[in-house]
Amino acid sequence: MKDAPGRVLLVGVAIVVVALAAFPKVASPYYTTLVLPAFGYAIALLGFNLLFGFTGLLSFGHALFVAIGAYSAAVLTGKLGVKSFEAIVLVAGIVAVIAALPVALLAVRYVRIFFGILTLAFGMLFHSFLFKFYNLTGGDTGMRVLRPTLFGTDFKELDKTTFLIGPYYYECLALLVVLAFAMWRIVHSPFGLHLAAIRENPRKAEYLGVRVHRFRLLAFLISAFYGAVGGAILGVNIGQADPELAYWTHSGELVFMTVLGGFASFFGPLLGAFTFIFLKSELMGATEYWRFFLGVTLAVIVIAFPRGLMGLASDAWTKAVRR
Amino acid sequence: MTSFFDVLIGGVFHASVLFLVAAGLQLVFGVQRIVNLACGSFYALGAYFGISAVGWATAGGLPTWTFLPVLIVSGLVLGVVGLPIERLLRTVYKRDEAFQLLLTFALVLMFQDVLRFFWGANPKQLGNLSMSYGKVALGDVSLPTYNVLVMLASVAIAVSLGWFLQRTRHGRILRATAENREMAAALGADVRRIYASVFTLGTVLGTVGGALVVPTAAASLDMPVELVVEAFAVVVIGGLGSMRGALVGALVVGLTRAAAISFYAELEVLAIYLIVIVVLVARPAGLFGKPVE
Repeated sequence: MKDAPGRVLLVGVAIVVVALAAFPKVASPYYTTLVLPAFGYAIALLGFNLLFGFTGLLSFGHALFVAIGAYSAAVLTGKLGVKSFEAIVLVAGIVAVIAALPVALLAVRYVRIFFGILTLAFGMLFHSFLFKFYNLTGGDTGMRVLRPTLFGTDFKELDKTTFLIGPYYYECLALLVVLAFAMWRIVHSPFGLHLAAIRENPRKAEYLGVRVHRFRLLAFLISAFYGAVGGAILGVNIGQADPELAYWTHSGELVFMTVLGGFASFFGPLLGAFTFIFLKSELMGATEYWRFFLGVTLAVIVIAFPRGLMGLASDAWTKAVRR
Repeated sequence: MTSFFDVLIGGVFHASVLFLVAAGLQLVFGVQRIVNLACGSFYALGAYFGISAVGWATAGGLPTWTFLPVLIVSGLVLGVVGLPIERLLRTVYKRDEAFQLLLTFALVLMFQDVLRFFWGANPKQLGNLSMSYGKVALGDVSLPTYNVLVMLASVAIAVSLGWFLQRTRHGRILRATAENREMAAALGADVRRIYASVFTLGTVLGTVGGALVVPTAAASLDMPVELVVEAFAVVVIGGLGSMRGALVGALVVGLTRAAAISFYAELEVLAIYLIVIVVLVARPAGLFGKPVE
C-alpha cells in the first residue's frame, strides 16, 4: 500500500469511517437506527461477495446464514442466558460454518444456475423448519433476541434506542471495520487469487493445480460465517428473529444490494447495503407501492448499469482525472 | 383406504397445477437458458384476472356454467403480457445469467405491487362456483367435478405440448434452437421470434394455470413467491429443461405434499426439499436432466 492509489484508498476509507463514527452525533436517531441494519447487511455482503464477485458463484439462498445468525442470537440470549455480544457473534459464525459444511459439500459440485437453485432449496428447507416447528422456533412469530452486553457492560441505565444508537452502534462499526479488513486480506492473499482464477476459468485453474472444489468450499464457509455475524447484528437490532429472514426473497434482496453497489468492486456491496436500506426506507415512507419502485430500480441497474454504483463512480473518477 | 385415495387425488390435483407452472419454467429455460423467477407471478396474475373476468362475464349476463371457458379464455388472453416482458429481457440475453435471474426477480417485486394495486392486499376467491358442476363418485370417494376437469385440462395441455414439441415443424425448430442456438440461426431459424414466442407460451402456461385453479383456492399476494419455489423443486427433481421431468417432478412434489399434510403436517414443505436434496445427491442433473458441465 505504498503506491499512490493505495494511499488514496486508505484516506478514502478513513474519511468514510470517521463520517460513520460522527453520524449519530449529527443525524437524527431515526437515521442512525437505519445505519445499524446497513452494518449488518454490509458484513453479510462482504461474505456473500467473496462467493459471488470473487469466486463467481451466485447463491440465491444466502439469507439462510443471516437467519442462522439471528436465531443463534435469539437462542443464546433468550434460552441459554449468554449475554455477551462478542460471544454471540463468534458462536453464530461457528454455528453457520457447521451448518454450511453439508450445504457446501453438495453445492460446490455445481456452478452457475444450478448452484443458485440448490442454495435456494437449502434456504427454503431452513425456512420451512423455522416456520413449521412451532415448539422449537416460535413458528411465524419467531423468537425474541434480548439485549446483549458489550464487553461485559450491560448499559442498564440506557433505554433501547439510546443503547442501539450509542454503544451498540460503535461496536457494530468496529466489527465492520475489522471484518472488512480481514476480508481485504483474504481477497488479496494467494487464496483470493486462486478464487479469482477459479472464477475466470475453472478448468484451467484445475489444470494448474488449483483444487477447485476445496477452494470453493472454503469460500462458502467464510461467506457463511460473515452472513451469520451480519444476521446476529440484525437480530439484536430488531430484537426479534423471524422465519422471513430465511425466505428466498430475502436472499434476493442480498443479491440486489450487491449488484446495486457493484459486485466487481470490493467496496461495492458495502455501498449497496447502505444505499438499499436508505432507499427502501424512503420509498416505504413515500408510497404503499414501494416494492414496485424497488423492482424498477433493480431493473434499471441490471439493464443500464450492470457495474452498479461503484462502476458509475469509477467512470466519473476516470473522467475527472483525465481532465 | 379412503384416506389413501384422498391423498392420491389431492396429490394428483396439486401436481397438475404445478405441472403447468413448471412446464412454463422448463420451456423458457430449455430454449432461452433463463430461469424465470416471475413464473409464479404470471400464475397469480392469471388467478386474479380470472376472478375479475368471471365477475364481468356474470355481470354481462353469461350463465354460471360458462365460468370454465371464461377462465380459460382470460388466461390465454392474458398471455400477451409475455410479449413486452420478453422485450425487456431481450436487453440482457447476452449478459451473465446472474443478471437475467435478477431481472426476473425485479419483475417479481414489480408484479407484487401491480397485483396489490388492482386487486388489493386481501386474498380474493371465486365463492362456491367450482361446486356448481356437482360431484363425481369414484368408487366410495366423491370429488368435485371441477377438480377432475382441472386434472384433465392439465393432462390435455401436457399431451398437446408434447405433440407440439415432438411432432410439429415449429416444435422441431424450437428444440433445435434449444440444442444449439447459433447453428439454428445459421440454418435460417429466426431466433428472435422463437424467443418471443417461447416466452409468451411459457407465460400462457402460467396464466392459464392460475385461472384454472382459482375456483378451488383463493388468490393471494403470497402466491407468486410461494409457488415459484415449489415449481423450482419440481424442475430440480425432474431435471432442468426437460418436459418429462416437469411431469414426473410435479407428481413427486404433489403426492409428497399431499401425503405429508395428511400424515405429519409439519413436514409439508420440508419433505419436498429433502427429496430435492436426495435427488441431487443421487442424480446431480435430476431424473431426466442432462449432466451439468
